[in-house]
Amino acid sequence: MRERFLFGYDPFVLPFTLGMVFIVLYLLIGSIRIIIALDKQERMLLLKSMNPRQLIITAKDVFVDCLLHIKIFKRNLLLGYMHFSIAFGWFMIILVGHLEVILYTPQRNGVLYYPVFFRYFVMETQQTLRGAFFFFLMDLFLLMILSGIALAIFKRFRSMALGMRRTTKLKLGDRFALYSLWAIFPLRLLAESFTANISGGSFLTKSINHLVHGFVTNPDNALPIWWSYSIALGVFLFSLPFSRYMHIPTEIILIFLRNAGIKATSFRNGYAESEIYSCSRCGICIDACPMGVNRGDIKFSSVYTIRLLRRREDPSEGAEKCLMCNKCVEVCPVGINSTRLKLLYRQSINDSGQHNFSYLSTIKERESYGKVLYYAGCMTHLTPVIYRSLFNILDKAGVDYTFMDKDGSVCCGRPLMLSGDMKGARELIENNKRVIKASGCKTLLLSCPICYKIFKEEYQLDGIEVVHHSVFINKLLKSGQIKIKKGIETYVYHDPCELGRGTGIYEQPRELLSVAGTLKESPEERGESICCGGSLGSLTMPADKRRKITEHSLDILNTNNPDIVATACPLCMRTFSPLNYKSETADIAQIISKNLI
Amino acid sequence: MKEFGYSLSPSSRVDLDKVDKSKQNRLFALEPGFKKCMSCGSCSATCSAGNYTDVSLRRAISYIQNGQDQLAVNMLRNCMLCGKCLIICPRGINTRNLIRNILNVYGEKQI
Repeated sequence: MRERFLFGYDPFVLPFTLGMVFIVLYLLIGSIRIIIALDKQERMLLLKSMNPRQLIITAKDVFVDCLLHIKIFKRNLLLGYMHFSIAFGWFMIILVGHLEVILYTPQRNGVLYYPVFFRYFVMETQQTLRGAFFFFLMDLFLLMILSGIALAIFKRFRSMALGMRRTTKLKLGDRFALYSLWAIFPLRLLAESFTANISGGSFLTKSINHLVHGFVTNPDNALPIWWSYSIALGVFLFSLPFSRYMHIPTEIILIFLRNAGIKATSFRNGYAESEIYSCSRCGICIDACPMGVNRGDIKFSSVYTIRLLRRREDPSEGAEKCLMCNKCVEVCPVGINSTRLKLLYRQSINDSGQHNFSYLSTIKERESYGKVLYYAGCMTHLTPVIYRSLFNILDKAGVDYTFMDKDGSVCCGRPLMLSGDMKGARELIENNKRVIKASGCKTLLLSCPICYKIFKEEYQLDGIEVVHHSVFINKLLKSGQIKIKKGIETYVYHDPCELGRGTGIYEQPRELLSVAGTLKESPEERGESICCGGSLGSLTMPADKRRKITEHSLDILNTNNPDIVATACPLCMRTFSPLNYKSETADIAQIISKNLI
Repeated sequence: MKEFGYSLSPSSRVDLDKVDKSKQNRLFALEPGFKKCMSCGSCSATCSAGNYTDVSLRRAISYIQNGQDQLAVNMLRNCMLCGKCLIICPRGINTRNLIRNILNVYGEKQI
């Protein structure tokens, strides 16, 4: 292998080189901006995470998430392959390109454009065949990328084939980046083929060279194609910051920050900025979003809200309409916590503390020393059948309990928190905490997942076990305090957002149901269950649109024709029951109470 | 000791001409459900905060209609936004959004 040119330079490398310099500077400035926006504590966390063990974990995460795209593979095999082939193939081409430079032209090591245009600058002398192995690898990975690009182009026309019902609408910057990305690899193939009789090549490039040999007998004909390859790269790199493909470099920054244990504390700056720029606008969240049932509301799904945030436009409509069901966070291949960003946005415009809760101090504590304290919460007060059934179970099991809010409840604070008013929520939390602590109870039993989430996360009731009724009943069953007979009914379990995705309780209610009857599957369950439509997370969603979401969710749940749609949330039950014409709706406590022996 | 005899009670007359309509219109635009209310009182009956105070969304709506917005705001400041009224409302009014916007439009800290 020998160099063809004395200086190893040709003007066609300029578009690429300039683009590369631009993007490196852009990223550098962006990273510095993010680090400046972090507060002192977060920066300490980041510094601490720079130990070898943590770095290995981060490197593994980067490899799995950015190159292999395991999460997309899990969604859809073809879609996963499309992303994997382009990302991994491109990475390998860059890697092998650098290896070639290091091995064959070590004097050019460190020259920015050399690995990219390697085959233009070298010529194969007949003595060595050492390049063959690397050339084969290069052609192989190029073929892999080209298959990915072909899939990507196919996806533009028939996205359903790749498991996506809807895809994101593109903006101008996206189009520039997308089309240049598509052009890069076919042009590279052509360019390398045109010079393959000089530089050597492998199964792809050599064969094409033979095909077009008549045209490229004059090697100068190759230059225009090398120019266009470089220009395509340049256009891609220059349009990168204005397009969705910015996620390619920024996702690495995001993984670093996330693994350091940093969370977003503002909806736009610091960690949030790395999240916003890491959004690849793949559109997986569009299909996931329950609001998508109302076609006009597709524009409020997370991907578009994040785009508005990125362009520093007003995201209020999407941020306030969101049901906060967290499904988009669950399915996001990048792991962007968009719900948190929306919540932070709500806080930024409405942390007013306009509310006045001074009347709460008059609420008297109930004695419940060493016993179970049951807190129904607002929603269970609307569905008294849940607590009556639960009390029936508790009586049967011989559990000593006290009903904390028998004479009317005080809200747990989660709805107020979701509206953005942390100050007001804090007041409610403090009051409830006082009442609970004064009762001297050992266990706090809840039947509402909305309450359960905030009690777990914000209350810090040290020494008091907070437990949801589905988990509690499951414990009673396992310890033999209650016995359940197996009925003939078939059930489908609806995972409430706050219980499933919110606090990770999927198994216990299912175990109970499979003891009490036959548990059927629903097409979208566990992490992917669809919000019932009643969520208190949404502030501005009108009733008719909520109704459509409920109907859609019920349609999915009733796919396998269960006798009863079971849930573990009073709000879900209350929302479902008037609209569920195909089956019955019941809370898990109701079902167990009915099947007690 | 109650004094007997006659006295003048303060007038409860509401002069609708003096009511600031622009704020009302802003509220209507923010939550169109406002006009759907039929004063059934379900919201007040189910209200969590209503167990402890005199908060009543039904009354707050009529206060706003009468231009007595400060009375409405003072009352709704006790609301915990728990959402029971939202679920119970037979007219499907987004009550939480209504309460939030009444506080935002008429409250001290106007947004």
